[in-house]
Amino acid sequence: MAQIELIGICKKYKEETVIQDLNLTIRDGSFTVLVGPSGCGKSTTLRMVAGLERQSAGDILIDGQRVNDTPPGLRDVAMVFQNYALYPTMTVRGNIEFGLKNRGVSRKERERLISDISEIVGLGPYLDKKPQNLSGGQRQRVALARAMVKQPKVFILDEPLSNLDAKLRNQMRTELIQLHERLGTTFVYVTHDQVEAMSMGDEIVVMNEGAVQQADSPMKLYEQPANLFTAQFIGTPAMNIMKVGDIKGLRVLPESGAYHVGFRPEHAQINPDTPVEGLVLEGDILTRESLGAEHIYQIRSKAGAFFVKTFLKPLVTAERVRIAVPHGHLYYFSLTGSRMQTAGAANEETSSRQLIAGGV
Amino acid sequence: MEPANRAFDGHTVAVPGGRMLEAPGRPALVRSAAVLLLKALNVAALLLLVLIFAMPFVWMLSTSLKTLPETMIFPPEWIPRNPVWSNYASAWQTGPFLHYITNSAVISVSILLLQMLTIIPAAYAFARYRFVGSGFLFSLVMVTLMIPTQLIFLPVYLELSAFKLLNTHLGLILPFASSAFGIFLLRQAFRQIPEELVEASRLDQAKEWKIIIRIMVPMVKPVLVTFALFSFIAHWNDYFWPLVMTTNETARTLPIGIAKIREVEGGGTWNILMAGNVILVAPILAAFFLAQKHIIKAFVYNGVK
Repeated sequence: MAQIELIGICKKYKEETVIQDLNLTIRDGSFTVLVGPSGCGKSTTLRMVAGLERQSAGDILIDGQRVNDTPPGLRDVAMVFQNYALYPTMTVRGNIEFGLKNRGVSRKERERLISDISEIVGLGPYLDKKPQNLSGGQRQRVALARAMVKQPKVFILDEPLSNLDAKLRNQMRTELIQLHERLGTTFVYVTHDQVEAMSMGDEIVVMNEGAVQQADSPMKLYEQPANLFTAQFIGTPAMNIMKVGDIKGLRVLPESGAYHVGFRPEHAQINPDTPVEGLVLEGDILTRESLGAEHIYQIRSKAGAFFVKTFLKPLVTAERVRIAVPHGHLYYFSLTGSRMQTAGAANEETSSRQLIAGGV
Repeated sequence: MEPANRAFDGHTVAVPGGRMLEAPGRPALVRSAAVLLLKALNVAALLLLVLIFAMPFVWMLSTSLKTLPETMIFPPEWIPRNPVWSNYASAWQTGPFLHYITNSAVISVSILLLQMLTIIPAAYAFARYRFVGSGFLFSLVMVTLMIPTQLIFLPVYLELSAFKLLNTHLGLILPFASSAFGIFLLRQAFRQIPEELVEASRLDQAKEWKIIIRIMVPMVKPVLVTFALFSFIAHWNDYFWPLVMTTNETARTLPIGIAKIREVEGGGTWNILMAGNVILVAPILAAFFLAQKHIIKAFVYNGVK
């Protein structure tokens, strides 16, 4: 078990800066997910923690010890690769055993560890098979077993589920969460899939263009996005963003500096029965996606196209609808994209959101 | 029902009347006949190829079992009426054949082992690392591929002579201690191995030499076996180099011994000569049969998954 600290990390490839002054603390025993679009530097960060890549500047601490000059094998870190990276010429047993042999673990001890591990991940009958004779899910398990058997301080997983089909992915997701609970080890997990991040992580680090956008728990990330990027990255469909100036009837204090207003598709009400205080739009329904329990509508209004999601409600068949979002569910962002937490004159009675909107 | 929209699935065909029909039998029959014909042509072409390649061997084997007059019969007989096994004994007695075979074996196998020792680390370094002058050094290796032996045998001869290595095994081995072709072939194979495997073994605390021996080399085994075979055949069969670098029997090899049959027997004894040749190629054919699987693998499936 270990806490990981990244202090002032920079990474440059020749002239190109991939990561600029990254500061991050990964809590001991947490399931931390690094998430972001491809090229955001999340994999590079992970690889630097593992020691497969060297940072251009800054310090990496694992369990309070500086590991800048520690080779990967001695960092007490185990990694699961996206394509599993199993040794194809070795049997499953050989794959799991290789790291133990290199550490000089005795034969008897190795036997014991391997039988324990294969029990946990359910590989018992396959120990003497070669990886190419296994299914994708089984290979994934071998990769996990190979990492687990070393009993590392830190588990590093680089998009481990992206090569699996949807059904298996869901199953492995649950298994990984259970595994984390069982081992209590620090897990660092990289994915580009925000759904995976939200469902697995207890700590999510949203990255973009080599910088941390926000590091928080899933619910905080959803409810309190720090900026436009996280707001739009988390949630399916993404948060709807509009320019404040494009929306008629939304009164915003000019001095608040709010430039964008956003709301989540699931917070919008279609044709509300009672009048709603907040943002009101009229628009035409362009598309309807029905998933059974929920419906997703794409709606075009004068302020732009946006999505609305409803749960357990009948499908709206009308062409033209009125959409309302209460004040409490509106998010305001400045021109630079950072979220406005408080703005304008403080008033004990009203929330910050209403303050920006000028109260009602 | 909208037949026009459903015609795409291939099994059902839209008919103007609007009715659906199962795909009629005739086009299917025509297609399977065409496939059959193509297959037959393919097999015939392959058989022709086999014939072209196998004929010299069969001819050699057949001649080696004939009497001298029988070798001259026209039209030739493929299977001799009374196989003359004593031709082999006659060939064997024309010179110190056991000595030749030992020399050939010692030299080809030593070359092979030395080459493995040099080309594996070299190819690995060229494939996996960028170091000062790596590009230049690799192009130097490539350039040596373009220099024919006939161009350098004289300087090498003088060099070996200066080191007093003429007429020794070492003199026939050392010039081939490494192989540019081998380095090239192996480098390409190493480059195809995904980087993650190396990284995974680093995380598994494996040392560099262990990564090479336990992970990398087993993965390029087909390529390695193919190269080994090429090298072995080239040096087992080599006539020019041992002939030039030796002046007496001490280090001479089998091909020179076979060539001498002609001198000893006086030119026209094709049956004895062919018996000698069968002795020469037998080990190579055996090696091919043993390594067949790997060779095909190296050529057909030169990828790592």
